[in-house]
Amino acid sequence: MIEIIVFAPLLAAIIAGLGNRLIGNLPAKIVTTGALLISCALSWPIFIGFMTGSETAYVDPVLKWVQSGTMNFDWALRVDTLTAVMLVVITSVSALVHLYSWGYMDEDPDQPRFFAYLSLFTFAMLMLVTADNLVQMFFGWEGVGLASYLLIGFWFKKPSASAAAIKAFVVNRVGDLGFMMGIFGVFLVFGTTSIPEILDRAPEMAGSTIGFLGMRVDTMTVLCLLLFIGAMGKSAQLGLHTWLPDAMEGPTPVSALIHAATMVTAGVFMVCRLSPLFETSQTALTFVTFIGAATCFFAATIGTTQTDIKRVIAYSTCSQLGYMFFAAGVGAYGAAMFHLFTHAFFKALLFLGAGSVIHAMHHEQDMRYYGGLRKHIPITFWAMMAGTLAITGVGIWFLHAGFAGFHSKDAILESAFASGTEMGRFAFFMGIVAALLTSFYSWRLMFLTFWGKPRWIESEHIQHTVHKTPEEAGADTTGGYHPHESPWVMLTPLVILSLGAVFAGFVWSPYFLDSAAFWNGSIFYNEHLVHAMHNVDTWVKVAPGVVMLIGLAIAWNNYIRDPQAPARFVGMFGGVYTFLKNKWYFDELYDLIFVKPAFWLGRKFWKWGDVGTIDRFGPDGAAWVVAQGSHYARRVQTGYLYSYALVMLLGLIAAISWIMVR
Amino acid sequence: MDGFPILSLMLLVPLVGAAICFFVPAQTARMVALVATLVDLALGVVLWASFDIGGAQWQFVERADLFAGFSYALGIDGIALMLIMLSVFLMPICIGASWNSVTKRVGEYMAAFLMMETLMIGVFAAQDLFLFYIFFEAGLIPMYLIIGIWGGDNRIYASYKFFLYTLIGSVLMLIAMFWMVREAGTTDIPTLMATDFPAGAQNWLWLAFFASFAVKMPMWPVHTWLPDAHVQAPTAGSVILAGVLLKMGGYGFIRFSLPMFPEASANLAWLVFGLSMVAVVYTSLVALVQHDMKKLIAYSSVAHMAIVCMALFSFNVQGLEGSMIVMLSHGLVSGALFLAVGVIYDRLHTREIDRYGGLAINMPKYSLFFLLFTMASIGLPGTSGFVGEFLSLAGVYQISSWVALIGTTGIILGAAYMLYLYRRVAFGEQKNADAAAMPDLDKREWAMMLPLAAAVLWMGVYPESFLAPMRADIEWLDQRLASAAPAGDAHLSEPNPEAAAAHHGEEAAAEGGSH
Repeated sequence: MIEIIVFAPLLAAIIAGLGNRLIGNLPAKIVTTGALLISCALSWPIFIGFMTGSETAYVDPVLKWVQSGTMNFDWALRVDTLTAVMLVVITSVSALVHLYSWGYMDEDPDQPRFFAYLSLFTFAMLMLVTADNLVQMFFGWEGVGLASYLLIGFWFKKPSASAAAIKAFVVNRVGDLGFMMGIFGVFLVFGTTSIPEILDRAPEMAGSTIGFLGMRVDTMTVLCLLLFIGAMGKSAQLGLHTWLPDAMEGPTPVSALIHAATMVTAGVFMVCRLSPLFETSQTALTFVTFIGAATCFFAATIGTTQTDIKRVIAYSTCSQLGYMFFAAGVGAYGAAMFHLFTHAFFKALLFLGAGSVIHAMHHEQDMRYYGGLRKHIPITFWAMMAGTLAITGVGIWFLHAGFAGFHSKDAILESAFASGTEMGRFAFFMGIVAALLTSFYSWRLMFLTFWGKPRWIESEHIQHTVHKTPEEAGADTTGGYHPHESPWVMLTPLVILSLGAVFAGFVWSPYFLDSAAFWNGSIFYNEHLVHAMHNVDTWVKVAPGVVMLIGLAIAWNNYIRDPQAPARFVGMFGGVYTFLKNKWYFDELYDLIFVKPAFWLGRKFWKWGDVGTIDRFGPDGAAWVVAQGSHYARRVQTGYLYSYALVMLLGLIAAISWIMVR
Repeated sequence: MDGFPILSLMLLVPLVGAAICFFVPAQTARMVALVATLVDLALGVVLWASFDIGGAQWQFVERADLFAGFSYALGIDGIALMLIMLSVFLMPICIGASWNSVTKRVGEYMAAFLMMETLMIGVFAAQDLFLFYIFFEAGLIPMYLIIGIWGGDNRIYASYKFFLYTLIGSVLMLIAMFWMVREAGTTDIPTLMATDFPAGAQNWLWLAFFASFAVKMPMWPVHTWLPDAHVQAPTAGSVILAGVLLKMGGYGFIRFSLPMFPEASANLAWLVFGLSMVAVVYTSLVALVQHDMKKLIAYSSVAHMAIVCMALFSFNVQGLEGSMIVMLSHGLVSGALFLAVGVIYDRLHTREIDRYGGLAINMPKYSLFFLLFTMASIGLPGTSGFVGEFLSLAGVYQISSWVALIGTTGIILGAAYMLYLYRRVAFGEQKNADAAAMPDLDKREWAMMLPLAAAVLWMGVYPESFLAPMRADIEWLDQRLASAAPAGDAHLSEPNPEAAAAHHGEEAAAEGGSH
């Protein structure tokens, strides 16, 4: 069963990818989407089985992979609760995204390739989450990286798209360096890469030290930190996040599937999968908490100033991943996974909704040129509304009822507070501030897009369509453009995901948050923390709701009541605005300290090192010496007998005198 | 297959083919070469199939004593078997690559290639020290001619550089060989491998061999012959150069330096590590700024070979097996990449990266193959490159985390320069009209690319096929090295916190370096 779930998408990808033009658009779409629907249909029963307790964890061996001395790892599919959660997330979102793409990519000339990549991605992601050893996890890890690279660069004619694709791959590779070193370290310490064995034996090794890069450090800390660097790359955490916003160059369904719902959460999954390992190092957990908290705040600040609808959601994703990480960092792995689960639905929904808006607005992505779309694309509007209510965490705390994000995000914030550590408190406050910012930028997005007067004619895309300049259009700021609601094939996924955004939190919170039996040992479950989480002070429980309302109020004031307010703010705090607008200048900084020096050094090594030094004094030098030598030798060889005689005589004298002196 | 001289036959078939090629017209010469190489491939398959895994260490042994202790002795272990397979697998592809692109002196060209094949197989099959030396050095001559006669515009300079570099090292190796034979009283390689040379002499002998192998490998800073040789060589020459000739250095280390001089290998491992660490970073950065496709891939070869060197001197099974898989994988992948360059060079006659662009539009099938080989070069899991690099670096980590860290930066830089290359060639707009008009792969090119692609994936998904024949030999080598193996830098302490605090790392568990 699990083999069908995992390998059907691979098979479909191969058929669609290699068949391509040969089989045509429609068969390619049917094969890939069909495979995903099958995978999805088979995944849910497994998940429900784990919910009801009728399924038990097992490992399905597939094929031998590598045996080298004591190092063994095989292809195998592991199914347990944690995997089952990921299975439904991946296959459901992927199936819906496949379906959605029928409409979204309808006019694209390269559809089989697109669908093949999507299915390939799904396969790699499934391999990642079913991994029973770290190396197979790494296979999936890199496989999704490949698919992400291909899909970001799908429109490869655009220079910005292929640049973004490379950036995504290379920045991820920086994280992978950590992951690989982590695996090497794990093998050195435990003599195996099998995840269950490592987790079993991790507590034994707690407190031991190891030599690393000439330092003497705590073994478990260094292993966890190395692995976590991998997670930071894949999940776009502070420092290694720069690729994610650029990844929005890919088609929007890709952003929904890969850069929101599934791939970017792989880091969180990894930390949860290895949670017993991370639990052995408080230092590592503190670091995870700090990075998560810092990211959730930092990304949210940037999200408030971006004007590209997809980039706002991208930074929002980055920020939400930060929440998941600090949840893991304080030991609330259940909450982290729960937020991963709900976030997958509402963030995919927001992205697909944004795609629907972009589709309606003739590829325009800049929110400054939207406005008043509520009436024109009502279903998209209501779907986006559901997503926004979910992400901002709307709910009533004393009834324990609310949209998806309410259940998961509040659980994270309460856990952070309840953990009682200083870093936990720090994360809590960062999380609260980020919640305010989340509410602000989410509503800003909604208000700019769906409320107010249409500003469509400002958009170049619209100008091209209606063949008018803003001057010609005059007072009619729509330019006579009529946005159309997307076709049903796109709206159906939106509706289904909306249901998830509304109900997922309510339905599943008892399982994810409160049930050790549900997790069944697949993650480290901290009973004590769960109790503490439920018993935090009321103000802690109310705070997320309050800041959410504040964020909403600010957004309403700035974008509905008084549209001049943002401009005044920029006038007053120009520096802050520019800093945020330019994304904290991370790209510029990295360009300055990594990219430019790498090329400069490459040129210097080449011109000065290879050509100027090694060749000059090596082979070319030798050639010069030989040439000079033969020049003199030729001069000596005059052909006159007396000169040879003289040389012989001199040689003889020299030889004799040398013997005598000796 | 008992008693049947299959190795001699594999040497003979190309040799006879070469002799015939001299006397027949061009088209016949092509056919003769193709048939000869295919026959050798078939023989190779028979060889592999009848190789008894877990049987005797040396199989298919043939021996004929000649004069003065010098004998014609052949025989292979699993390591040699795999490298012979690599050679015979690449040869028909090389002939295919030269089918249309070589038009002058076809007979001589094919003869040179077939000679090359005989000599390559000879290197890996020789069991006599001097027989090895003859094959090893004679292999220079056909390659020298291939570059010098059928090469590009600057071929004389390149072939001269190639010859000069590789020859200087060999002289030192020959002197060392004479000394060893006098000391041990035999030229038999298996015997020498088990001989314990005096510790004082080992370092000198090791250095003499190192001079030769480091150039062949090539290691930084004696690598500068490689980019020039590759750039000037015809496509098939590059394939063989990168695919097989570079492996002779690694084979030399694993067959001679390590088993014959274990102590010296341990003493001087720092030298290998140092040069390899420089090489990984240095040549990767140089690769990043190349404008010439072949030069870029040549520099990437140096970086990959540096990983091999590191891993060879990691003194554990993972490192040794990893380095072997990197060698095999690199043979396939860099060969395939040079072939991919050749495909578009044949169409446009330039290696300038900027002259291409947007090939994914008019050559989608080509772009797919190119992508696969690019990814294999980067070491994407599922391809052969990953298995090798992963095992290698895992091996290196056990001996030194610093070396492993620097080596692993290769995966970042490798991704950068290869994807940057791929982007400039396959992605983007079709900015050059002539490049945009190039047709996609034809049948002949398909036939060359497909086996390589299949092999790359096979080795990535099920490397057991390739690891199994070598396992016992690597195990033997590991045992041989065990006494000399240096401890790693990990020094894992007692797990128990109290004990760890009390002894504080004094009782370093030997787990790290004991392999």
